[in-house]
Amino acid sequence: MGWAIAVQGGAGDIPVTLAAERREPCEAAMRHCLKIGVDALKAQKSPLDVVELVVRELENNPHFNAGRGSVLTREGTVEMEASIMDGNTKRCGAVSGLTTVVNPISLARLVMEKTPHIYLAFDGAERFAREQGVETVDSSHFITQENIERLKQVQEANRVQIDYTKPIQKDEKKETPTADGDSQIGTVGCVAVDSHGNLASATSTGGFVNKMVGRIGDTPIIGAGTYANNLCAVSATGKGEAVMRATIARDVAALMEFKGLSLKEAAAYVIEECVPRGNAGLVAVSAKGEVTMALNTTGMYRACATEDGYSEIGIWSSVQN
Amino acid sequence: MGGWAIAVHGGAGVDPNLPPHVQEEAKKLLTRCLNLGISALRSNHSAIDVVELVVRELETDPLFNSGRGSALTANGTVEMEASIMDGKGRRCGAVSGLTTVKNPVSLARLVMDKSPHSYLAFSGAEDFARQQGVELVENEYFVTEENVGMLKLAKEANTIVFDYRIPAVGSETCSAVAESPLQMNGLPISVYAPETVGCVVVDNQGRCAAATSTGGLMNKMNGRIGDSPLIGAGTYACNLCGVSCTGEGEAIIRGTLAREVAAVMEYKGLSLQEAVDFVIKERLDEGFAGLIAVSNKGDVACGFNTTGMFRGCATEDGFMEVGIWE
Repeated sequence: MGWAIAVQGGAGDIPVTLAAERREPCEAAMRHCLKIGVDALKAQKSPLDVVELVVRELENNPHFNAGRGSVLTREGTVEMEASIMDGNTKRCGAVSGLTTVVNPISLARLVMEKTPHIYLAFDGAERFAREQGVETVDSSHFITQENIERLKQVQEANRVQIDYTKPIQKDEKKETPTADGDSQIGTVGCVAVDSHGNLASATSTGGFVNKMVGRIGDTPIIGAGTYANNLCAVSATGKGEAVMRATIARDVAALMEFKGLSLKEAAAYVIEECVPRGNAGLVAVSAKGEVTMALNTTGMYRACATEDGYSEIGIWSSVQN
Repeated sequence: MGGWAIAVHGGAGVDPNLPPHVQEEAKKLLTRCLNLGISALRSNHSAIDVVELVVRELETDPLFNSGRGSALTANGTVEMEASIMDGKGRRCGAVSGLTTVKNPVSLARLVMDKSPHSYLAFSGAEDFARQQGVELVENEYFVTEENVGMLKLAKEANTIVFDYRIPAVGSETCSAVAESPLQMNGLPISVYAPETVGCVVVDNQGRCAAATSTGGLMNKMNGRIGDSPLIGAGTYACNLCGVSCTGEGEAIIRGTLAREVAAVMEYKGLSLQEAVDFVIKERLDEGFAGLIAVSNKGDVACGFNTTGMFRGCATEDGFMEVGIWE
């Protein structure tokens, strides 16, 4: 037993030829988030506090598809969503359709703690944010030039792009799609367990590039993108529709509970058997302080650490834990 | 065993003092819906078609809390949500925040079949509805006098009205709801159950499907999403079974109730009834809910820990039953 933490910054078709100037800020962010999460665990902060603070950090970082840096809807706007879950109580909170809230994950937590509900969306969620006095800004704050470019490219190619992890190639023709068209979405997430076995999970995203206005993905759906109970905590990323139908996060826990699989076995099984290749990744920790990171995409920005000194930062699958 | 099976529900959590004529109306509606489904099944319609047409019927009838007759938000408006799932391929569609779409379950189906996504909500969903040319009406169409009255009561009590008829199950007879304020999500609120509606079907090819539709909680915050549109919570279908849940939304979400039934069948090898019993008994903690389910083998089952659940079920071998109480 001991604490453990894992962070993810999105699974997708991240080319191994990714230029250093694209890769480095993301790796640095993973490293930084891991550090602040580990420091918080060492300072005895609850896993719920830890996952929230790490995800806030990633939301504030414009290199990831959450909060600032969120990909754009087909109308060039930002609609953010997030969810958080506490393993002990299985209390959860979720939000969708946010346009001005600086930290969606924190609003999700407030929904969990301050309302009799679990999930608030769109105007209702924005109104709640104002009532709660959370930080809100003009939605232009979240929009980056890179994402404007990305949207333009995709609209020109006239298809829904699932992969924000592909760098923008300004002069190149549109990327040749992979077999079924696209690789995967970016999301950010964090799972943590303390030395008492308390677990928590949090996930946040801007969704798909060029998504329809009003489209909700797996991230705010408890059991799909986020899940935590007294066995494990899971945060999933990937093609939202695939993650949702496979109830990925819940299934990892269910396999542990009902089939007695270990955390690693359960995660591997779900990623290999329950979602098509190229569709998903996840990070998970168990009550025993184990950690696993699994993906069936080319890459997933990720990092993890455990109390016994293990730590890892990675992008591609060859580096997988 | 084998053959088609169908179950419908109109909500879990029933006032033991519900007037007999309302009970009769409810049973008649459930029977009518069952018969609609049965005749479609006999004509070899697929499970996914049958669940949609049955839930449409439930939405159109103002008796239960979905479509017309939906519970009202704090603003006195209606915001409806629904989801549908096809066990074959586990394709799914869901909608939330609908205000003008006459049949939410049909829009959910269109999201599944005609959009690149699985879940659309609020103005985006309404835009999609317009593009798809589905039947649209004014929001007032969905509002019934009875619910206007209910909302007023709820506001007077300044609470979310969840279930006026859920005394704690298993407690002494006539346990008074009024006495100890029941809790929902740890916050004290009066409890009044709005009925959700749902249908699960296995067709004669062994394909399962499920659909759920609701107006949500009386006096809910605008923008509040419950369990009904959430895949894995209110609705789930895979190649083993189809499940639709009703009751305390929050309990159903945190328990990922619909998925749970399928997961224990899949990972623990439980039968449908065992799975349903397990989930109701072990996965609700202090929550109140009910569910209906069918298996690919033609079994049908329902379970609830509330005082009653409006339900009906039928199987190809001639079994048919409509009920409210235990």
